[in-house]
Amino acid sequence: MGEHIIKLPDVGEGVAEAELVEWHVKIGDIVREDTVLAAVMTDKATVEIPSPVDGEILWLGAEIGDTVAIGSPIVRLKVAGEGNAKPQGGEVEAVAAEPPAKLPTPKPEAAGPTAKTSPKASVAEVKPAPVISKSSGQTSVSGAPRPEGEKPLASPAVRLRAKEAGIDLRQVAGSGPAGRIGHEDIEAFLSRGPQVAKASGLARNDAIQDIKVVGLRRKIAEKMSLSKSRIPHITYVEEIDVTALEDLRAALNKEKRPGMERPKLTLLPFLMRAMVKAISDQPNLNSLFDDEAGIIHQHGGIHIGIAAQTPSGLVVPVVKHAEARDIWDCGAEIVRLAEAAKSGTATRDELSGSTITITSLGAMGGVATTPVINHPEVAIIGVNKMMVRPVWDGTQFIPRKMMNLSSSFDHRVIDGWNAAVFIQRIKALLETPALIFVD
Amino acid sequence: MKEISCKLLVIGAGPGGYVCAIRAGQLGVDTVIVEAGKPGGTCLNVGCIPSKALIHAAEEFEKVSDMAGGNSPLGISVTAPTLDLARTVAWKDGIVSRLNSGVAGLLKKAGVKTVHGWATFRDGKTVAVETETGSQVIRAETIVIATGSAPVDLSFLPFGGPVISSTEALALSEVPKKLAVVGGGYIGLELGMAFAKMGAKVTVVEALPRVLAQYDAELTRPVVKRLTALGIEVMLGAKAKGLSTKGDALLVETSDGKSAKVAADKILVTVGRKPVTEGWGLEQIDLDRTGKFIRIDEQCRTSMRGIFAIGDVTGEPMLAHRAMAQGEMVAEIVAGHKRSWDKRAIPAVCFTDPELVTAGLSPEEAKALGGEIKIGMFPFAANGRAMTKLGEDGFVRVIARADNHLVLGIQAVGQGVSELAAAFGLALEMSARLEDIAGTIHAHPTQGEGFQEAALKALGHALHI
Repeated sequence: MGEHIIKLPDVGEGVAEAELVEWHVKIGDIVREDTVLAAVMTDKATVEIPSPVDGEILWLGAEIGDTVAIGSPIVRLKVAGEGNAKPQGGEVEAVAAEPPAKLPTPKPEAAGPTAKTSPKASVAEVKPAPVISKSSGQTSVSGAPRPEGEKPLASPAVRLRAKEAGIDLRQVAGSGPAGRIGHEDIEAFLSRGPQVAKASGLARNDAIQDIKVVGLRRKIAEKMSLSKSRIPHITYVEEIDVTALEDLRAALNKEKRPGMERPKLTLLPFLMRAMVKAISDQPNLNSLFDDEAGIIHQHGGIHIGIAAQTPSGLVVPVVKHAEARDIWDCGAEIVRLAEAAKSGTATRDELSGSTITITSLGAMGGVATTPVINHPEVAIIGVNKMMVRPVWDGTQFIPRKMMNLSSSFDHRVIDGWNAAVFIQRIKALLETPALIFVD
Repeated sequence: MKEISCKLLVIGAGPGGYVCAIRAGQLGVDTVIVEAGKPGGTCLNVGCIPSKALIHAAEEFEKVSDMAGGNSPLGISVTAPTLDLARTVAWKDGIVSRLNSGVAGLLKKAGVKTVHGWATFRDGKTVAVETETGSQVIRAETIVIATGSAPVDLSFLPFGGPVISSTEALALSEVPKKLAVVGGGYIGLELGMAFAKMGAKVTVVEALPRVLAQYDAELTRPVVKRLTALGIEVMLGAKAKGLSTKGDALLVETSDGKSAKVAADKILVTVGRKPVTEGWGLEQIDLDRTGKFIRIDEQCRTSMRGIFAIGDVTGEPMLAHRAMAQGEMVAEIVAGHKRSWDKRAIPAVCFTDPELVTAGLSPEEAKALGGEIKIGMFPFAANGRAMTKLGEDGFVRVIARADNHLVLGIQAVGQGVSELAAAFGLALEMSARLEDIAGTIHAHPTQGEGFQEAALKALGHALHI
């Protein structure tokens, strides 16, 4: 019997570290070759780590949420035969005991006040700690402290006091024998929550659940913080009459050409083509702003990110070179990327490299939104819900299909005027869709 | 007569009504109480108090009669005693009358106005009282119905002539030679035993297969034994059929279906009590009912806003102390306090010989909860004080949950055990565990030690058995 150490493989070009987002196995599990052991996440993509051999899991080298360097040991397996680990000895033990080379992610529990105090003092401090935590744990008991339907145990005096204070004794934990509630329990209950529990069936819920922000959620959190703290947003909302566009879209979707597989067109391909047109007038909107270097990288290729909701969170697949794609091509690419993103098969390449972004919540789009720019881009176009609204045509109200665009711009490099010009250009194109197709 | 307006009107000055009025008066609520009879209701006038007086007299008479037989183990011998029941009743009436004026005084002291007469509802806020001097209209913001209960009569055996209810039984001027008691519940047995002790030949006719059916058989066994010793004939599974044509016997259908005649000077019918829901205009306000009783919630509120009901008219157990607790609670609610019914136990006592006392759950009820239970029983045969009173029959029984030893029910049967009701009730209200009772010093030599020993027994280490 030998040991096989599995190290975190190189999961992508130029990737030096990955975040462990999921363990598929636990210590003691028997795994076969190609059994998925874990999932790690790099900048954009999630990669599964398969087992290269058969064996039994002896040790797992990281916790969910840890950032692990490429090449660090993450799993030790007991395998038949020699294995790849060095023979039993102190050296292996050392490897086993040592955590994988974690990157210096700050861990709050690692640094603490104990580090400052002398070892003696820290020992003295530690001793009473469990007692304190136990008693505080007891008083924090909330919810129904006894099986349903069972009467709380309390003397008449305690019951009267509870009644007058408006306390439902069923919600009070008793510290006495057999869970008997005493005056001190009432006091503890009152000091914990000044607001009086109502005598109705509604009960207070004091539970707090700690949810570790890991994986995609952490990436999103970091990205959003970065964008909102670095970029002064200006948001511009304009309404678009899409009646003509909708007629055109319906006609195109209806038209069937034998032998040609065509995707069902949504509004997005039209918007993308309109953006391409508008960007040709204002190329600075298709830029990445490196604010540290003070350089605006103005791109010729228009790579449009489409913010998409997946079961695990928000991802942004990218339609590359929209300037070189026609309506049908744009539509097909959106469908393909959305599928890939939802099923989690989108490649790292497909999930990065955008130069401008569209965000759309479809039927949930609302009246207006305040989109957050996909850093380091300088513009994001938000699509709101389309609805039939009465529009004054000069003599009467007529029903028109109206839709708002809510768009944000990096005000450091895009002036409000230019932002407005850009959106007005898109508005003109969408309201008279034939303009999208003529040069 | 000039209309009276008040904050609170209480209809009926029984234990529930007068306690409610006194408490409301103490709390400064402008209160009027209406009563057609004497204050104190059934309990004081024709129930608890007079029956206990009679039972005590009978007990004393029987003791002396025993001594006169020359066989008293106490070594006392006397000449044969005689009983002048008319004097006994007069003595009893003296007690009742003292208590009547006591209650009237307490009401007055609390600032409650008493109106004598029969009240009838006009609507949910107005009552008309027929007084000696005419009709008195009373308007009240809140009304408490405390009209109580009355003995149930049998259509084939209506009260009158030799057929009497407990009320008349307590006012007889001489002991009937032969007394037939229809109904072997606690009232029938309390009075039947008392009259047997006073020299009557008593026959109890009970339709059920055993007497005191509300209690478990183990608890009532010492009473059944005593019934036999007193020469009381008990006909179980037997149905009263009516009065003989001459009016000197009760016609009975025995358990095997045969007709029998029970010779009797008096026939005492004690087949239960019914709520008084007629004659005071309940139809004017149309309150919801639960069976025959007025339906109330945990604050004794009826289905009509501003109208409360307390006591026997609201249902079982029809006990004075339940009514008193309800009355007190309602007075406090009317005065604006936050209250609701959260009592854990209503102890019940039965003044048979020997006495019975129960509080909380019976063994059967405790088992029905589904959890495992522990039962500890201590017989008075092992209690020194009981021996010195010639009262070795009976026991104390404690029922507790097996998991946390929480006491669920306590019962006792034995001489004078009614006084233990205080300890039993307190233990249950305080959510006592077996250890609490076992760990309390009980004075020696008393029958109360039996309570502590029963708890120890349930814990598995009784000391004196």
